[in-house]
Amino acid sequence: MAKTSYLCCSLLTFLLAFSTQSAEMPLNMTQGVTEISQQVYHLHMKIFYICCAIGVAVFGVMFWSIIHHRKSKGVTPAQFHESTKVELLWTAMPVVILILMAIPATQTLIAMEDTSEADVTILITGSQWKWHYKYMDHKVEYYSLLATPRKQIDNKLKKGENYLLEVDRPLVIPTGKKVRFLVTSDDVIHSWWVPAFAVKKDANPGFINEAWTKVDQPGVYRGQCAELCGKDHGFMPIVVIAKDQADFEQWVAQEAATQAAAKAEEQKLLSMNMSKEELMALGEKTYMGYCAACHQPTGMGIPGVFPALKGSKMALEDLPAHIDIVLNGKTGTAMQAFGKQLSLSEIAAVITYERNAWENNTGDLVQAADIAKAQKP
Amino acid sequence: MSTVTTDPHAHAEHEHHHGPAKGLKRWLYTTNHKDIGTLYLLFALTMFFIGGAMAMVIRAELFQPGLQIVQPDFFNQMTTVHGLIMVFGAVMPAFTGLANWLVPMMIGAPDMALPRMNNWSFWILPFAFSILLLSLFMEGGGPGFGWTFYAPLSTTYSSDSTALFVFSVHIMGISSIMGAINVIVTIMNLRAPGMTYMKMPLFVWTWFITAYLLIAVMPVLAGAVTMVLTDKYFGTSFFDAAGGGDPVLFQHIFWFFGHPEVYIMILPAFGIVSSIVPTFARKPLFGYASMVYATSSIALLSFLVWAHHMFTTGMPVFAELFFMYCTMLIAVPTGVKVFNWVATMWRGAMTFEVPMMFALAFIVLFTIGGFSGLMLAITPADFQYHDTYFVVAHFHYVLVTGAIFSIMAAAYYWLPKWTGHMYDETLGQWHFWCSLISVNVLFFPMHFVGLAGMPRRIPDYALQFADFNALISIGGFAFGLSQLLFVWLVVKCIKGGEKATDQVWEGAEGLEWTIPSPAPYHSFTTPPEIK
Repeated sequence: MAKTSYLCCSLLTFLLAFSTQSAEMPLNMTQGVTEISQQVYHLHMKIFYICCAIGVAVFGVMFWSIIHHRKSKGVTPAQFHESTKVELLWTAMPVVILILMAIPATQTLIAMEDTSEADVTILITGSQWKWHYKYMDHKVEYYSLLATPRKQIDNKLKKGENYLLEVDRPLVIPTGKKVRFLVTSDDVIHSWWVPAFAVKKDANPGFINEAWTKVDQPGVYRGQCAELCGKDHGFMPIVVIAKDQADFEQWVAQEAATQAAAKAEEQKLLSMNMSKEELMALGEKTYMGYCAACHQPTGMGIPGVFPALKGSKMALEDLPAHIDIVLNGKTGTAMQAFGKQLSLSEIAAVITYERNAWENNTGDLVQAADIAKAQKP
Repeated sequence: MSTVTTDPHAHAEHEHHHGPAKGLKRWLYTTNHKDIGTLYLLFALTMFFIGGAMAMVIRAELFQPGLQIVQPDFFNQMTTVHGLIMVFGAVMPAFTGLANWLVPMMIGAPDMALPRMNNWSFWILPFAFSILLLSLFMEGGGPGFGWTFYAPLSTTYSSDSTALFVFSVHIMGISSIMGAINVIVTIMNLRAPGMTYMKMPLFVWTWFITAYLLIAVMPVLAGAVTMVLTDKYFGTSFFDAAGGGDPVLFQHIFWFFGHPEVYIMILPAFGIVSSIVPTFARKPLFGYASMVYATSSIALLSFLVWAHHMFTTGMPVFAELFFMYCTMLIAVPTGVKVFNWVATMWRGAMTFEVPMMFALAFIVLFTIGGFSGLMLAITPADFQYHDTYFVVAHFHYVLVTGAIFSIMAAAYYWLPKWTGHMYDETLGQWHFWCSLISVNVLFFPMHFVGLAGMPRRIPDYALQFADFNALISIGGFAFGLSQLLFVWLVVKCIKGGEKATDQVWEGAEGLEWTIPSPAPYHSFTTPPEIK
């Protein structure tokens, strides 16, 4: 019968699909690289096999009945319509199966939620549409942005191997250590998810969630934001590099030194003026990285959602207001405070860019020192 | 009143007014349960195609990696409005339409108990959905925060169409509550003499329980949207930590509505399948009483499982365990139902007309949706499944091959009673097989891409998901096109066809099969006697 063969086919493809996993086309949950992720995988397979067994039994009886108990075979229908014994049996049996399933699930869950005694703590902050990582035990913090070029997304360039799963600055963690993540958000709810660690935790604005992992294999692990967070929800990936302890120590020390040097450089820049070309070049780079997602590369914004900068009153006339909104954001809107995300020279450059690009041509040049002056004490 | 009835002419005029009015007025002013049922069903079908068109946009964009057809902002509006339209515009009105047509005929009542409210509860719906759909054309676009409208994405960070979204959801809620009140009052008061509760057909029972769920949770939804409205426009901070609120509170409120809501969309389906399977197996339903108890337990449990939608929000481990256990428990009464249907078929004498085919497909595919639901209940595994295409696959199995397939089954089963004509069986079988195959090509691979790590609600995806997404889109287009066969079949059936008998189906039992086909405009004006 057509229906049976259809079911057999689909069942076969289903089983086949699970057995012929390949790197190009993964079909099943990843086993991951942590003890927890292995446990989760085995829970997943266990409940899957239980479902398959129940399915085979129930659908088996059903299709047996469909094939044999049909009118065209001249059968006379039976008239029984209840049996307390059978009904009690098939109420009790699922309860037993469920209890057997609940025990390992409970054990794994309790282990997953135990964030105590961590070796390294990292604060993860989501914002539209990037991640910020701050190492609580070191003076290291930075933003991590999508690195896939816009042209690949718009189908003007061939898509790279890690299309949409690549960032400019990955998170780096040590192997063999318990790494605790504190997860929060600056604006809407995001969710930090790395499948290989079986860690998915919502980033709620105003609250801090905890999660942890302990990775044994050095490597590069990729994930994505899992909670709808607005327009570019699909474009805020996560990349984590796990390095062994020595490499990690070296990396974090170097990173701390670089960041300290950048801050010193920043102070020095206050007394220097950048040329218009320098400002415009740095401004365009910064604009494309931080502003264009909303205000668009054309400066036209999206009507009704994100205001246009091209020809806007603020970008043409009111310079103090312009500096203020970039530095401090605008409460109650998606406009973030970039004062803590960008360096003084970047802010100066991006404002210069916005006041001179797209025929805004005000001729205004804004220097890092102007920004430093405008910064609230 | 006695003065009126003494005048024979006045009486005749009175009788005359009882027929349907002509033209548009008939439909605008109607208080007849059959007319209103028809309106609901046609409205649901229209919305099914509008929501379906949005799904086609989504699938077209996801056919290949990269952005081709729409921009992310509009993509989000499509997923949001697709969900809202399908839940509140297609599935729920379709079930209300079936309740309007069938509940009075099944319990031997002349009409619904509150006919004018019935008219109103339908006629506010077109306004609600016009508001929602037209908001898509506003500057800044329509709602783009998902049908679950999580704060603060739907408050601080949403476009100005949010006010219209809130207003339209309020109207939908009012309509649902009025519909539910009508069903409850009708069932409690207008049953024919001798029809005790435990003699009611299961469709009536499941709708009775559904109506209570609606009354319990629609006000919660109204509260949630109102708080979104005041947070966005009037400076309150229910969901804003900066003002002492909590964004996760929104999710608790929403899912306290949202979980019973998904049972609102499946309990009537259980009733439909419980009517169809015995008819075509020519054997009484197995375990009628346990079906009633199972439905009631599912309804009660539905209030205790809402936070299984929120395992990743950072709940205390105790709460996660509680909601995991309660969610797993739901498998027990649901299992009882499936076992009962299979036992009903066992040693029956089955035939396989289109309603039976849809009912059988429902049992198999809804059960698959139930299995993935059970998998999702396992909290540690849910951390991996949550917000991926695995979840999308799960709820489309229970809502499309569950709720929608049951509605299709019901339409085929009762069309001859409604129109007086048999539908075209060949065309119906074509519709069934095309739908069955395409719906599985559409939704089954979603399990795989979800497990492989593709998040839901994204307009573009990494390259390893490309092949499956192309396949899914092809399934989607095929499923969409297959539904045009259904429209053709319904039009054909209304226009003409083989004359249907009163009983229509050889094995059909119940009061609705004792009256002529098509059912007269007024049926059971004198109640039948139930033994």
